[in-house]
Amino acid sequence: MNWTWFHKLASPPHFYRLAGRITPWLGWPAFLLIVIGLYGGLVLAPPDYQQGDAFRIVYVHAPSAWMSMFIYGMMAIAAAIGLIWRIKLAHAVAAAAAPVGAWFTFVTLVTGSLWGRPMWGTWWQWDARMTSELILLFLYLGLIALRASIDDRERADRASAVLALVGVVNLPIIHYSVYWWNTLHQGSTITKFGKPSITFDMLWPLLVMFVAFKLFFGMVLMLRVRGEVLRRERDASWLREELTR
Amino acid sequence: MNLSDFLAMGGYAAFVWPSFGLTLIMLILNVRNARRMHALAREHALRRLDAARKPT
Repeated sequence: MNWTWFHKLASPPHFYRLAGRITPWLGWPAFLLIVIGLYGGLVLAPPDYQQGDAFRIVYVHAPSAWMSMFIYGMMAIAAAIGLIWRIKLAHAVAAAAAPVGAWFTFVTLVTGSLWGRPMWGTWWQWDARMTSELILLFLYLGLIALRASIDDRERADRASAVLALVGVVNLPIIHYSVYWWNTLHQGSTITKFGKPSITFDMLWPLLVMFVAFKLFFGMVLMLRVRGEVLRRERDASWLREELTR
Repeated sequence: MNLSDFLAMGGYAAFVWPSFGLTLIMLILNVRNARRMHALAREHALRRLDAARKPT
């Protein structure tokens, strides 16, 4: 297999320019899809027969929850690539992803709480799904704090990568918590195998929001990685050409 | 559908709107933070380049 594309992608100047070029192609579709998804979820979707209009929280809660885990997984893969092949750009990607993941996790917890109050009669319960999602938030915050506390960039990269990889164990726990334990949280609405358990009117805005949040994360990640690359490569000669052109 | 029914969210307004509001604020903050981070890093890098070019 030919790996030149990978080495090219991992080169900071190449990635810096590429990220700059694709940012608007992620941002504008994300914006449009969020508008469409919100309209579909808040206006077009019918109220749920059990939960009434409260179920609409799913349109922000579930995509945020999915992103909170997706970002962690992606960050851990980047961290592993950085550790194993010593690719600096991979560490930059991991560093850029952590704060965004923390934000999505925070929103997942708060919107979940706002949904739980009218449906379950409680803001919070120490059940498996909620506790493991809270641990995810602590993992993100721990990663951000760890990175901020080590001055030497290479050591900070390596330490954060190890912690990120250890934390991966939490991902299957979050995902399977609703099956392994008797939790208050409902099971998945959409599964890869088998029919989704909701009608198409309710389903499509959810799918639109899933795609929108993915694109949104892509855009924010590109911007942040560019910032990281500028900080890390400040003495590189390509930067002079790039910034003074 | 009239507007006040829509805003009432079947009695769940106090839970639905804060959820959507918080999510939108989070999205906007993330874009703003990311842009600011990139702009700051760019400014720093440029200042460094200037300083290196004309040694005082």
